[in-house]
Amino acid sequence: MTVQGIGAPVRRKEDRRYLTGRGTYTEDINRPGQLHAVILRSPHAHARILGIDTSAAARMPGVAAIFTGADMAKDNVGSIPCGWLIKNKDDTPMAEPPHPPLVPDRVRHVGDQVAVVIAETRNQARDAAEAIQVDYEVLPAAVDTAAAAKPGAPQVWEQAKNNVCFDWHLGDKAAVEAAFATAHHVTKIDLVNNRLIPNAMEPRAALGEYDRATGDYTLYTTSQNPHLIRLLMGAFVLHLPEHKLRVVAPDVGGGFGSKIYHYAEEAIVTWAAGKLGRPVKWVADRSESFISDAHGRDHVSHAELAMDQNGKFLALRVATIANVGAYLSTFSTCVPTYLYATLLAGVYATPAIYAEVKTVFTNTVPVDAYRGAGRPEATYLLERLVDKAAREMKIDRVELRRRNLIPRDAFPYQTPVALQYDSGDYQSTLEIALKNSDWAGFESRRAEAKKRGKLRGIGISTYIEACGIAPSAVVGSLGARAGLYESAAIRVHPTGSVSVMTGTHSHGQGHETTFAQIVADTLGMPIENVDIVHGDSSKIPFGMGTYGSRSLAVGGSAIVKALDKIVKKSKRIAAHLLEASEADIEFKDGTFSVAGTDRSVPFGQIALTAYVPHNYPITELEPGLEESAFYDPLNFTYPGGCHICEVEVDPETGVTEVVKFTAVDDVGRVINPMIVEGQVHGGLAQGIGQALYEICVYDKESGQILSGSYNDYTMPRAEHLPSFTVETHNTMCTHNPLGSKGVGEVGAIGSPPAVINAVIDALSPLGIEDIEMPATPQRAWRLIQTAGMARAAE
Amino acid sequence: MYSFAYHRPVSAAEAEALAAKAGEARFLAGGMTLLPAMKLRLAQPTDLIDLARLGDLRGIKVSGSEVRIGAMTLHAAVAASAEVKRAIPALAHCAGVIGDPQVRNRGTLGGSLANNDPAADYPAAVLGLNATVHTSRRTIPADSFFRGLFETALEPGELITAVSFPIPERAAYEKFRHPASRYAVVGVFVARTGGGVRVAVTGAGPCAFRATQLEQALAKNFSPDALKGIKISADGLNSDIHAAADYRAHLIGVMARRAVAAIA
Amino acid sequence: MPTVTMTVNGRAVSGEAEPRTLLVQFLRDTLGLTGTHIGCDTSQCGACVVHLDGLSVKSCSMLAVQAEGAAVTTIEGLSNGELQPMQAAFREHHGLQCGFCTPGMVMSAIDLVNQNPTPSEHDIREWLDGNICRCTGYHNIVKAIKAGAEAMAAGGKR
Repeated sequence: MTVQGIGAPVRRKEDRRYLTGRGTYTEDINRPGQLHAVILRSPHAHARILGIDTSAAARMPGVAAIFTGADMAKDNVGSIPCGWLIKNKDDTPMAEPPHPPLVPDRVRHVGDQVAVVIAETRNQARDAAEAIQVDYEVLPAAVDTAAAAKPGAPQVWEQAKNNVCFDWHLGDKAAVEAAFATAHHVTKIDLVNNRLIPNAMEPRAALGEYDRATGDYTLYTTSQNPHLIRLLMGAFVLHLPEHKLRVVAPDVGGGFGSKIYHYAEEAIVTWAAGKLGRPVKWVADRSESFISDAHGRDHVSHAELAMDQNGKFLALRVATIANVGAYLSTFSTCVPTYLYATLLAGVYATPAIYAEVKTVFTNTVPVDAYRGAGRPEATYLLERLVDKAAREMKIDRVELRRRNLIPRDAFPYQTPVALQYDSGDYQSTLEIALKNSDWAGFESRRAEAKKRGKLRGIGISTYIEACGIAPSAVVGSLGARAGLYESAAIRVHPTGSVSVMTGTHSHGQGHETTFAQIVADTLGMPIENVDIVHGDSSKIPFGMGTYGSRSLAVGGSAIVKALDKIVKKSKRIAAHLLEASEADIEFKDGTFSVAGTDRSVPFGQIALTAYVPHNYPITELEPGLEESAFYDPLNFTYPGGCHICEVEVDPETGVTEVVKFTAVDDVGRVINPMIVEGQVHGGLAQGIGQALYEICVYDKESGQILSGSYNDYTMPRAEHLPSFTVETHNTMCTHNPLGSKGVGEVGAIGSPPAVINAVIDALSPLGIEDIEMPATPQRAWRLIQTAGMARAAE
Repeated sequence: MYSFAYHRPVSAAEAEALAAKAGEARFLAGGMTLLPAMKLRLAQPTDLIDLARLGDLRGIKVSGSEVRIGAMTLHAAVAASAEVKRAIPALAHCAGVIGDPQVRNRGTLGGSLANNDPAADYPAAVLGLNATVHTSRRTIPADSFFRGLFETALEPGELITAVSFPIPERAAYEKFRHPASRYAVVGVFVARTGGGVRVAVTGAGPCAFRATQLEQALAKNFSPDALKGIKISADGLNSDIHAAADYRAHLIGVMARRAVAAIA
Repeated sequence: MPTVTMTVNGRAVSGEAEPRTLLVQFLRDTLGLTGTHIGCDTSQCGACVVHLDGLSVKSCSMLAVQAEGAAVTTIEGLSNGELQPMQAAFREHHGLQCGFCTPGMVMSAIDLVNQNPTPSEHDIREWLDGNICRCTGYHNIVKAIKAGAEAMAAGGKR
């Protein structure tokens, strides 16, 4: 390791521009002649559009154009596609209704796009949007996840009978039933995984531009994956050939999944820019984000765990209803299936698992991946279930986990739900977390808290995740409509500095630093000499972008592969310069030398020679030093770990305070430990947020959102959170060249059940065994009240 | 935000005259509630009359028996005032837990009272301390100032100029913060004076109100124990996704006990 | 349209602004100072925090005309070349990830330290009520502000 190489806590290269206000986010970009778009959105959850009168609005000051769904239909604008086809149990395809950018005839959620007003200023566009008259026939709305598929529920789509998008399953049902038949004990649990709103701090924005001279379109957008947007919008929605469409995702202020998807507004501004011949910019207000950004989670599940008399897990069966909202967002269908049910083994050697997932349409905003995506839902279910099993079996909850962990020597480990874990050491992460949290000393802390009138509790969870998505062939066989490799191109400049073009996208993860460390480490150069280029489809090779903790494991591996090619070619040049055999050339710390001699040539001279090939093996080797690579992983990567949370509940108010949080994560090879810790912290905050604070609430009758602003949706603030104790204990990924597994989501996956298990532990002296997420003060207070009354009645 | 005409008078008289002429005028003090409402197009005044240049509406004066605070005095100034902290520490505390630091750096006492948000903090202090609201036309006792949801005794165009708070023997303010908005889910201001005990509640109802049931109990025995077992009715209290009326009723009791415990 | 005149980052500026123009819009759109961000429309997130006559305020919650004659400092005005100590502390302690809330965080933190030169972790967390970050979990922001306060005390630099 060098001071700037792999493993060093290098301070971030990108920070200076952010800290001085010189970042360039989409909203910061203005183009000459730019117009402003405001979307008229549905105020109803479900309604037929009987008519739209734009005449008065069109006469308002500054209005350049007003378009509706009918206008887009006239131009044959297509439907926003779903990226993953899931099949029903009977092998028939899922219901896949259309998703037009502007809806022509029927709105299906509050916030659905009805029309766009384009004007000289944003205020003018907004003034005019209010003057549009829409005649709605309001229809009953299907809102509730659990009720959507029940008979009599309002129907969101004709083509989805009983609102079912698909009814899917995974695992060996017969084996599970057989195991249940012989079980000593079965623990059952019913759980809701609360609906969340990702809330990246930068609201979404899009700026479309059309060049009349060349016929080229440019879209600046708040995206985690510009090429994916180019592919989906170009090929499916606007029918623009890729060489005529450039998509730029500049600095992006957080994504957490919500900026993966192709959104209607991107297509609207790009299409409108072409129609009007002027740039068109749209920026979401936060209120708009709440009703137009894809939401996350929203599962209702029943699960049963069969055990033998020693608490050994025999089988698990799970039935989940997952809400996809009104339309199928890009990855919406793979989240509650292949990113969820495949993780139900967790870190346990459960021999048989069967999961059924019914996904339902409702008159709510589309639901898609949000940090963790499926894996937090699986972890929450499993870890709540294991805690409950421990209580019922009267086995210590840590001991029950120990008894069922996949042993260290079992890798590669084939789970009964399709995945093969390559490496892990779950015993160690568990034991280290117990030690770091002083689990053993907890009871004295509980007693001390009791003297202060507080109920203190401690909770544990273990978790696994599959990330670094993924082998293209595998996901293709499971319904993915894209490959999931990653790309990198390395351009060594004549004087030896390096530009790395990556297909991943950084929106807070610090790729500009981490990736530069890999290059600096390999080529033995200062990190200042390496720049990472990302986010512009005209500058970077085709790449799949950043989500699912894949950037380092997949994108970083592509960089390593391209670096290998650079080093290989450099060695041939060095061999020529040093008049030695290529086999004798060694490369270390930026210098090529002939083994066993003092003859050497620095990397910078190799670069110069490649571009000024006066003395060069020109008949064998092309000039220049630029290589590219695509990396398609052989497997998912499997970060895992153990989280322990300690809380204090105020029994008078029901307020829960997280007083201590300990995380021990296995993320594989760490390139930059400072950034890794930061990623864990952020994930923990979102996981604790899910457990204690955050929920998207819809009125179950009207479908109106009741948590549609920061006045009602509780964003975790500094005061809500403690400082965290985090550590990594890493086993290397066995199938990628870095050994890295990924870290973006671990915090959000492991923490919610640790928090809730702690709250339940705190409340357990009152006989309380369950609390829903988020464990708000009111919820806890109600449980305490009921428990108190029950006690009084006894 | 809808368009409006903007005025910046230099005297209260000019401000009142402007208001009288305008279609639908609103005074702009700190704007911490008004401007967000206008941004969301929930308020649509034709004229905004900015009071920032009315210099004599700013300032804190403490005499032997009262603290007089100009209507345009910032929450942050009240919270940080050594004089207020000495005379009525609970009032400084109350100002110091309003919103967040940036809200306290813009928000004003007069603006808060005139707006009379059901979850605002200051109304509890004004009512709890039995303050007097001074306006451009008259003085209004706290007990008749707060009339209902966003409704006060102020007449159209009438301007709050200052509030005088009688100095109590002891007082305390306990707030249960809304986890998202940081407003008061329930805030209870308890003041003990020579004349008796006052308990004012904000956040729980359409506007701040006195909890007479609690006052009576505390008049007999000023201790947290005196409040134990008193069941507060949830009738007419606010309900939202964070706190239903019965929970708010319960919190009134808890916050009141904690306030009393702090000063008993 | 009225003309608004103020001092921004030490320079006298003026520009036309409809009365309904927010200060943040004036800074971003008229003056091109896009370091001040807009993260919400209900005045809670704090991405837009600037200093107005030395106090931190939310520039999305006041009109440009209200800043007439005032001195405004934005994130762009903190440093010339070298990072100001609070900025440097955010970098040193990895107190930022996506960078969107960062300008508001830094401006808010400096106001805290101006008023309370030696804030405790509790003071810092309480002060940050008006600033929301979705990336960092605040852990490193708190660390950075503590270190920034120490550095500001040592350097005596605002």
